[in-house]
Amino acid sequence: MAEIGESRLPQPVKKNPQLKTAAPLVPPLRRSRLGLRLAGFAARGEFCLPFCSACEKAVWPPRDACPTCLAELAWQEVGNQGQLIAESVLETSPELYFRGRMPWRIGTVRLACGPSIMAHLHQQVQVGEQVEMGLHLDKAQRAVFMAYKNREGGSVNEDSQLRELTSDPKYRRVLISDARSPAGLALAKALAGAEAREIFAGVAESWRRDAVLDALEALDHVTLVPLDLTDSSSVKELAAEIGGKVDILIHTADQPRPGGLLDGSSLTIAQEMQDRLVTGYMRLASHFGPAMRGRGADGVNSATAFVTILSVYAHANWPSYGTHSACHAAVYSLSQCLRSEMLGSGVRVVNAYTGPLEQDWYESVLPPKLDPQRLARDLIKGLQQGLEDIYIGDVARDVASRFREDAKLLEIELTGGARE
Amino acid sequence: MAQARANYEGVVLTAPMSLPYQRFSNQSAHWWLLGCLREMLASVAVRPDEIDGLTVSSFTLHPDSAVGFAQHSGLDLRWLEHIPMGGASGIVALQRAARAVQCGDANIIACLAGDTNQLDSFRQTLSRFSNFSNDAAWPDGSGGANGYFALLTDYYMRRFDTPREVFGKIAVDQRSNALLLEGAMMTRPLSLEAYLSARMIASPLGLFDCVMPCAGSESFLVMSEETARQRQLPFVRIKAVMEHHNAFASDPVQFRGGWQKEQDRFWRDAGCSPPDMNLIQTYDDYPVISVMQMEDLGFFPKGEAADFLMSRDLTWQGDFPHNTSGGQLSAGQAGAAGGFIGLVEAVRQLTGQAGKRQVAAARLGLVSGFGMVNYDRGVCSGAAVLEGAV
Repeated sequence: MAEIGESRLPQPVKKNPQLKTAAPLVPPLRRSRLGLRLAGFAARGEFCLPFCSACEKAVWPPRDACPTCLAELAWQEVGNQGQLIAESVLETSPELYFRGRMPWRIGTVRLACGPSIMAHLHQQVQVGEQVEMGLHLDKAQRAVFMAYKNREGGSVNEDSQLRELTSDPKYRRVLISDARSPAGLALAKALAGAEAREIFAGVAESWRRDAVLDALEALDHVTLVPLDLTDSSSVKELAAEIGGKVDILIHTADQPRPGGLLDGSSLTIAQEMQDRLVTGYMRLASHFGPAMRGRGADGVNSATAFVTILSVYAHANWPSYGTHSACHAAVYSLSQCLRSEMLGSGVRVVNAYTGPLEQDWYESVLPPKLDPQRLARDLIKGLQQGLEDIYIGDVARDVASRFREDAKLLEIELTGGARE
Repeated sequence: MAQARANYEGVVLTAPMSLPYQRFSNQSAHWWLLGCLREMLASVAVRPDEIDGLTVSSFTLHPDSAVGFAQHSGLDLRWLEHIPMGGASGIVALQRAARAVQCGDANIIACLAGDTNQLDSFRQTLSRFSNFSNDAAWPDGSGGANGYFALLTDYYMRRFDTPREVFGKIAVDQRSNALLLEGAMMTRPLSLEAYLSARMIASPLGLFDCVMPCAGSESFLVMSEETARQRQLPFVRIKAVMEHHNAFASDPVQFRGGWQKEQDRFWRDAGCSPPDMNLIQTYDDYPVISVMQMEDLGFFPKGEAADFLMSRDLTWQGDFPHNTSGGQLSAGQAGAAGGFIGLVEAVRQLTGQAGKRQVAAARLGLVSGFGMVNYDRGVCSGAAVLEGAV
């Protein structure tokens, strides 16, 4: 029988460079197309299952018709409450990923909404108990279920199986690519609060002092590092120095400027924006990506997430900030490319989407506008939950849901809205 | 009222053949199937050109099916079936072939099952077993069958308060049967203490609850009784056959199978009852599955395995001979051949060809099959009552 108790995660130990770094193996990738669909919900933290509206029952595994009445099924958000009815502690597996992580606890959960589901088990749950189920991406970025007693509990993330599914900053070293950006300081503070072990705050032109720099320097666990995203050699040098110690990279750089192609346009500004945002992303990815990809299984503080804060208008152009939207669309597209290149490394490419922030460059934009503290808090919560797409604030969630509903309609709304 | 099921009069099974199993083999599935076919035909002096019907069951034949195998074998066939039903393949092959012979669709049908086991075959078969498994089971720890049956066994033990000793009893008695089988994977005696103290594989399953994957093949012939008599071949008759698929699909975890739904009609067809059986052969990928078959076929009430089994001797010379060649738990699991091992052994026993482990005065035998854990449970179930010719 399993030892049930509150065993804590081990503390990270100082890396011995003479020892081999564990290869970043991942769990099985193979899914049917229906099965892959689940990863989209897991990426956003939604608990969705195929549902028969005639029988009012969820079904599992995913299939093409209701096994009771043969009606077509639709994915639907359902309740995640259930009962754990069987468990096993696996001691062997022919899959290398699990073989290296045994013992591994699995169980069968009977959901109140109908089906029985096989799931990873949190150490806190026992057979017979009521449990909550979560849908998560695993290290292969494929969806799996996990059962807990209480997802919001204080020490819930102190579980080695759950740790594999999340990108919790606890014990990890985090690089903020542009600490002077509006979210930079708020993120540094929130990361320290989330027990990140070390926070590297990237700063260009550090001779240019300001209040943000002073505030950063006053924080515990924060180290200022020189990083100019418009300068390839600056990125390269920093990657050479700390690339092997970055467990989470949070790309915060932004340069919101109003204007489109005909109105208020400036090619010079657009070019600068492009260099900083688009080429800057490429510089970061190409210099820090390889080291992170090699450390996806490097102990309790393995490399775990390459995070970018994106405008939600990466999905559909917002003409008031037309060229800015285009730059974010380019970065969004590149992040999809990076996801493919990172697949198999265990490192998650996370995008956090926001609407306009409470800052000078959005002064003529109507509220709601996002407060940087809220951005930082929700971003870290998303990492702790293991999300891949984090939508922060009302505007981001609104635009994203319109985009999912009908991308063309969103385009019409955004491009015609000014002429109402 | 459903139409009464036609009986299987005039059709017989003969020529039981098994190629001795090997832990690993660098041969193909085709090699194992063809070898068994060759040995079988030689054993009863039937020429390849006399075979006009064929069933094939194999996991590692892929990408070939029975069609590719038919061409590979060179056989000229009027009737061909691919039976991908894993542990129920033997019963289903027997049923299909018996009807074909009865209806004149074919004269002599060879039923073949077998698999190779190359170094990585086991993982490869498991990791792409089915869409349901890929989507909803294999990613959860990749324990494979051990993991799914651990959950099933855990549920069963809690629900019916069954001690591990019952499963141990099955494993231990089968081991003594296997000691008399050439090519058995397990060659040393097993005690209940050793069973209980063995290392865990996937709790509550220990080492001796699990089968050893291996390479091997099994086969038999189906023909008319008249043909068998003309050729002076020892044969068995078919008293009853049942199959049932996807029964009790809404049980949260499997604790019963299709046998339960067919039980009454099955024994009525057979004209006898469980206590009349001189031997039984169940599908034993894990001991709990053997128990489930015994219950669902009426040997004892659900959940009362301990009362029934602990007082009996399940070896070939005991009062309840079960899996007399050692079953998969001791002989090994040669892929789809696991769906044939009990059936082939029953034909051997009921025709008096079981050699050193021959059950005395064996006339009636029950064979049961269980196949294909597509996701969390076995989908196919089947059973047959066979009778030795008097």
